[in-house]
Amino acid sequence: MNTHVAAHPTASAAPQGWLEGFRCVFQRDLRIAVRRRTDSLAAVVFFVMVVSLFPLGVGPEPALLRTMAPGVVWVAALLACTLPLARLFADDLQDGTLEQLLLSAHPLPLLVLGKIAAHWCGSVLLLVLVSPLLALQFDLSASATGVLLLTLLIGSPVLSLVGAIGAALTLGLRGGGVLMSLLTLPLVIPVLIFGAGAVEAHSAGLGVGGHFSLLAALLLLSLFAAPLVTSAALRISME
Amino acid sequence: MTATLALNKVSCIRSGRTLFSGLDLQLPGGQLLRVAGANGAGKTSLLRLMCGLLTPTEGQVLWRGQPMAAQREQWGRDLVYLGHAAALKDDLSPLDNLITACTLGGQAADRVGALQALGDAGLRGFERTPARRLSQGQRRRCGLARLVLARAAPLWVLDEPFNALDTTATAWLEGLIRAQLLRGGAVVLTSHQGVSLDDTPHQVLSL
Repeated sequence: MNTHVAAHPTASAAPQGWLEGFRCVFQRDLRIAVRRRTDSLAAVVFFVMVVSLFPLGVGPEPALLRTMAPGVVWVAALLACTLPLARLFADDLQDGTLEQLLLSAHPLPLLVLGKIAAHWCGSVLLLVLVSPLLALQFDLSASATGVLLLTLLIGSPVLSLVGAIGAALTLGLRGGGVLMSLLTLPLVIPVLIFGAGAVEAHSAGLGVGGHFSLLAALLLLSLFAAPLVTSAALRISME
Repeated sequence: MTATLALNKVSCIRSGRTLFSGLDLQLPGGQLLRVAGANGAGKTSLLRLMCGLLTPTEGQVLWRGQPMAAQREQWGRDLVYLGHAAALKDDLSPLDNLITACTLGGQAADRVGALQALGDAGLRGFERTPARRLSQGQRRRCGLARLVLARAAPLWVLDEPFNALDTTATAWLEGLIRAQLLRGGAVVLTSHQGVSLDDTPHQVLSL
């Protein structure tokens, strides 16, 4: 017994900081995202394309375009965020690193949060930052564009967080991408309503405080719940 | 609180097929368990079940006398599991892969130690090459390099660790396993080839 304890001095050592696992996964995934820039760029190009199709489709009526703008940008952002999320865990499943995450010495929800955060910074943030340029196409005023950017900044993490649940649930299924969209898109309807609603309210001269409070509440709720649910879903999917 | 892995009347049914049932097993520290069996006999399922990746249909798997679900983080530190895939990220270098894997596994990993481990594994000169450019055997070695840094983990579970290894690497891995057993750690492995580890305290489980 004595020799055994001496042989494994660090086996029962105190756990390292809780954030270490989060940081480790975040850095790894962000580094991979930088090395595979084309994947992130594809989502942004998709976003720009979809938004640009609307003025071409409905005609160059400035008043009409101005009313449509928040909704169009938000719906396009919703689709552009959800599509690449289907691959969030698929690569890890294939190369075996997902098993290592499940068997990690760190709490799985924090590791999952690290993955989602890296995905958001790596591909969604770029898309959000491009949106003011697209607002120009729709002749939105500068202040309305600012509100749109802010709603996207607060709302898009919710899309990633909720999307991760769908990605975990449909992991390893054939045609998982479509199924995942069907699962998660209904769940993010409130984000769409309050996100686009804030810009419309601002254009109508109404206060936007309520919309932002609700968006922030949705963000906090999904920030807390989504990693836990995603972890549980991953454990089930890996069985 | 001895570091013993125990299986109590464990059954596993996968897609309607019974792989094994009523399996009893005690693996104390310092012992090697070699799982033998034909393709599809359920060797990998048994290993995944031992790790807690798979829930047994019946029975339970205990580590230090407790189920894994009650001690996940401790379990993560105690166990090193190397599965079929080498668990490498193709876009990252062996060095980054190794440091990440060790950090996630709760083992202290500094650059110097990791470089040393990769050198031991015969990957000197490839430390910063993206993993996608490595050969199958080199990928395997890179995954196994983690064992050099995982001396503190009392249980190693290795799925076909000798696959794709040349004779030098096979001898190196056998040395690592012997050292682990001498330290009082336990090792579980599956292997098609005959392993020259039969002089160590070991059990053989045929599925």
